[in-house]
Amino acid sequence: MAVASTKPYIGAPRDTVANFNGKQLVYVCWEHHLLFASSLMFCVEPEMTLGDFLHHTVRPLLEADPDSAALDFTRAEWQKAKIAWTPDFNASLAANGIRHKELLRFHTPGLNSLGA
Amino acid sequence: MDMKTDKKKLGLKEKYKLLTRDLGWETTYHTADEVFPYVKYEGIKVHDWGKWEDPFRLTMDAYWKYQAEKERKYYAIIDAHAQNNGHLHITDARYLSALKLFVQAISPGEYAAGKGFARLGREFPGVGPRVACQMQAIDEIRHAQTQIHAMSNYNKFYNGFHAFADARDRMWYCSLPRSFFDDALSAGPFEFMIAIGFSFEYVLTNLLFVPFMSGAAYNGDMATVTFGFSAQSDEARHMTLGLECIKFMLEQDPDNLPIVQRWIDKWFWRGFRILGVVGTMMDYMLPKRVMSWREAFEIYGAGNGGALFNDLARYGVRLPLEWNDAVKALDHMTHQLNLGLYQWSFGTAFHTGIPSDEDMAWLSKKYPDTFDKYYRPRWEHIKKLKEAGTPFVNTGLAKLCQVCQIPTPYTEPDDPTALCLRESEYKGELYHFCSDGCQRIFHDEPEKYIQAVLPMPQLFQPPLGGDIGAWMNWVGLKNGVDNGDYDGSEDQKNFAAWRATATSNQ
Amino acid sequence: MSTVFIALQANEETRPIIDAIVRDNPAAVVNREPAMVKIDAPGRLTIRRQTVEEELGRPYDLQELQVNLITISGHVDEDEDSFSLHWNS
Repeated sequence: MAVASTKPYIGAPRDTVANFNGKQLVYVCWEHHLLFASSLMFCVEPEMTLGDFLHHTVRPLLEADPDSAALDFTRAEWQKAKIAWTPDFNASLAANGIRHKELLRFHTPGLNSLGA
Repeated sequence: MDMKTDKKKLGLKEKYKLLTRDLGWETTYHTADEVFPYVKYEGIKVHDWGKWEDPFRLTMDAYWKYQAEKERKYYAIIDAHAQNNGHLHITDARYLSALKLFVQAISPGEYAAGKGFARLGREFPGVGPRVACQMQAIDEIRHAQTQIHAMSNYNKFYNGFHAFADARDRMWYCSLPRSFFDDALSAGPFEFMIAIGFSFEYVLTNLLFVPFMSGAAYNGDMATVTFGFSAQSDEARHMTLGLECIKFMLEQDPDNLPIVQRWIDKWFWRGFRILGVVGTMMDYMLPKRVMSWREAFEIYGAGNGGALFNDLARYGVRLPLEWNDAVKALDHMTHQLNLGLYQWSFGTAFHTGIPSDEDMAWLSKKYPDTFDKYYRPRWEHIKKLKEAGTPFVNTGLAKLCQVCQIPTPYTEPDDPTALCLRESEYKGELYHFCSDGCQRIFHDEPEKYIQAVLPMPQLFQPPLGGDIGAWMNWVGLKNGVDNGDYDGSEDQKNFAAWRATATSNQ
Repeated sequence: MSTVFIALQANEETRPIIDAIVRDNPAAVVNREPAMVKIDAPGRLTIRRQTVEEELGRPYDLQELQVNLITISGHVDEDEDSFSLHWNS
């Protein structure tokens, strides 16, 4: 039973990629860096390279963390769709297989100034 | 000629029997299923509606009499508050953030509950529950009105109160309680009773009103104590209705147990998510605190809830599935949520602030195992950023939970250093959750939750298209006035200036 | 045995009611908190009309409790002579 109802009922998702004018949502989580209270949400073009996305869109938001100066995205351990993943920073988000509403997680062992 | 009759005073039970007599009958020209179309599809089996009685046996004459008395008491105090500069008697204007959050996020829930109980007053075939639900519908509307009325006295002087109705519909943090009520209102009548009568009334309102209103009393806020206690005087009746409903379902048919248990699991967790906001108000927004969130949960959550579940064990009911996750979260949740409210305060119609040294000393005393270890270092760093002239603002919007709609700020139950991240795919779309509880609730009824209108993703869709200024206009948020740090706010300046004129002749 | 409780607003009307509860329920524990009084009792707590009337010095309808009630814990049973709370376990 996909919903308790008096007759068959099909819901319509409200956040499909078609609603974002050619852009898509991407979520990013810097593991164990809890100065940031949640994973960050971005609305970007899928043609953007992953490198540009991380350096120009994501990085400026991470500057408040004392570890941000030492952060090297290329040396981080990455996860996508809950499994280990090797990103291609020169390829686009789409070519990296980053879907609408995908969550990218990266772990930077050794960096934990704020102890989280 | 006058007849002398023995006018025997009717007993409570007889009066109640007379009230409910003839209000229910066997239908003849329509089938009972046509008259009560929503009472079977949830799968709850009922054999005898007559078995459900209101243990208070409140009749209409008594109801009106005592409710009128409560209203007279309430308005006498509200008048006194307005006539005696009550808005200057609070401990500190910092306290007002709790009230702003209350009127934006909680009071509209009272109104939603009123709508739901009006519907149940029609949909249940039993006379006892119908009468009790109709009374509760009136109570809930009274609560919404008295709360809004009490806060209107603060709205005359302070920022952030004026757009509470728009906030209810549009503000991102209000979507947490709103989704709770929308979920309940779009469920069947029995599930609504578990959601509101049991989870909200029995488990939540004690935590919401009792320590919070005691806190308001500590903070010199006469208006809020009054609406709180006036509302709470009805809650005892509401809780009893919720408890009677659970007992009734369990006693009517053994097949009802798994359905009831699933709802208890679901609505305990949904309610617990709302309590994160209440706990944060208690730990961070009251300048003078009466007890910590953890202490309040021990009395009203673990103590009272534990007694309830022990009692229901004879029907085969067990503790809610996520009870242990909840207990593990007690020492973390308010700190994690408050950290979020601070960094996103450019988008809140209330002020937040960095806890003072005194606040932090209190927090480490109340949370000896967690505050100094995990949360103090973050606040110390945030304090340094502010002193350096680069205050911490997180303009990266948050990932929201598809079910409870909270910005997923909570950590793994067994690892307070790792955010709890859960995701699922359904019909080709990705969905994210804050916890195992919310993920399970989603998979029980995915067609319901895929329709959630999540505030953050909506902001990037037309017509707003990611324009934060346009969003502020739409939610009624005055930038630089209603939002941001309390330190340096207009509320802070006005309160200091007005209090000075009230206590001197300068 | 689980604890039942009743919380009443702290005011002139409830003072004699609380005294009556204490008389009838020797195991009850009275907690005085800001603006409210919370009374805990193991398993069962009963409020008797007659005792309240003696303390109050006037006739009393137990439904008047509604006006000053803040919260309860336990199953309710009420008639014209008594109001009681209990847990079955």
